Amino acid sequence: MELTKEEEDALDGKQGETLALAYRTLVAIGEASNADKLIPIEWAHLSGVNYNTIGDAGKEFLSSISKDARFKVKTTVNPMGFDFDSVSQYKLDDKFIENQRSIKDSYEKMGAIPSYSCIPYEIFDIPKQGTHVSFAESNAAIYANSFSGLKTNKEGAFSALASALTGKSPYSDLRDDDVRKPNLTIRMKVEPRDELTYGMLGYFAGKVAGSSVAISGVSNLDRRSCKSLCAGMGTSGACGMFTFGEEEGEKIDFDKNEMQKIHDELNTSEKGDLITLGSPQLGIEEISDLTLMLKGRSFQKRCMIFCPSAIKGQIRDLGYANEIERAGGELLFDCCTCLSPLVDNKEVDSVVTNSVKGAYYLKTSNKVDVNLKSLKRIVEEETK
Amino acid sequence: MNVKVIVRGKAQGSLLVAKNPINFLGGIDKKTGLVHDKKHDLFGKSIGNKIFAFPFGVGSSVGAYTLYSLKYNNCAPLAIICLKADLTTASGCAISNIPLVVVDKNDYDLLHENNQVTLDAIEGKIL
Repeated sequence: MELTKEEEDALDGKQGETLALAYRTLVAIGEASNADKLIPIEWAHLSGVNYNTIGDAGKEFLSSISKDARFKVKTTVNPMGFDFDSVSQYKLDDKFIENQRSIKDSYEKMGAIPSYSCIPYEIFDIPKQGTHVSFAESNAAIYANSFSGLKTNKEGAFSALASALTGKSPYSDLRDDDVRKPNLTIRMKVEPRDELTYGMLGYFAGKVAGSSVAISGVSNLDRRSCKSLCAGMGTSGACGMFTFGEEEGEKIDFDKNEMQKIHDELNTSEKGDLITLGSPQLGIEEISDLTLMLKGRSFQKRCMIFCPSAIKGQIRDLGYANEIERAGGELLFDCCTCLSPLVDNKEVDSVVTNSVKGAYYLKTSNKVDVNLKSLKRIVEEETK
Repeated sequence: MNVKVIVRGKAQGSLLVAKNPINFLGGIDKKTGLVHDKKHDLFGKSIGNKIFAFPFGVGSSVGAYTLYSLKYNNCAPLAIICLKADLTTASGCAISNIPLVVVDKNDYDLLHENNQVTLDAIEGKIL
């Protein structure tokens, strides 16, 4: 890699050990991905915020670097393990709460905006078309590349953190327009369609695609389906973006058979003890839709609904929060279904969700069974 | 032999060479540096203060923090030699300041346990 004089100096420690560490990380990842230079980025979105994902070593690392490090560009952060405002209502051990607080403090000390959200693309203004950003949350990276006109690789926790500290990223993979052009098309052949079928389409595409993939036979996606498609794709593989329409090159059909295989892989129960909605977190449009669907109905079991705190005031002011709570829904902010310590397999055996990403992590991390069905079916079957 | 530098630095010491990939999250004890994955060919050996060669890393990216803990506990490898630089090993070496280089298969096969080597991960050479 070719570095500028200033980058070489920082790598050599002339601007302190934390910046040297950040540049070592960018150069290491750049060398490993055949980048030839570093380029400026305008916004970093970090993963590795939930104590369940980074553990004690991560907590100690962040505490150590936050003593002198400050973020150079706008930096937003992923969800935590729980909502500090409501944590007293849940049985969560004090150690977890203390460790999560330390991680939160470290990120905020370095200058992170306390967004605690996996949908930064929905709650922040989007920079102009073609702007380079570094998004570590996979659904957000895919959404940014595919819908928001931004450019990012599907960053890891360390590359995004190093980008936040330096304002730079290695120029490789999806930052290059040639790589962004897909050479594989997936033809969507499944009818009828809802957010769950799009989530499974994404999960299928992630398994078979390289860095970028084209999807044909799809138009007019609503927000819920867009997010579900991105989250499904981010869960199963390394693919970091998609385009709509058919491209030259190989074509693969996503048909009923393929979808059934994925459903069989992720759906391990025909019922659940608890419902979770929100992986990715629900934004204002989805909360509005949910409120309409719930009119006059009530959940017949616990239902946890995960949102970013950025929309908290708005959903209270518009009456959505009241309506959802009347129906028995529990609104939780700053956290998400994925790796939530609030879903404890000592208390529940199985969880109902419409999220493919949620299903994957509930199975692999929380070790509970999953009943995967669309939001429409959840409302029909789980409320009265 | 010539190597590709991923994380810069210099080290001198004896080699420990693995046949199997390394899972830093599940396979290494971060307090002692011992390989505690029973199915691994280096089971029971310590990777601490060695020049550690393994094909590539596997498993969760959180494994990068294991290298950081090893460094903190004074039982990290002096340097790492891989066949392929996976992002977990690259990030882990970067945040822990452990020199990391990549070699090709023919050169990897010339590495033997207990050989004394000098690794120059600035010029890109192993002597």
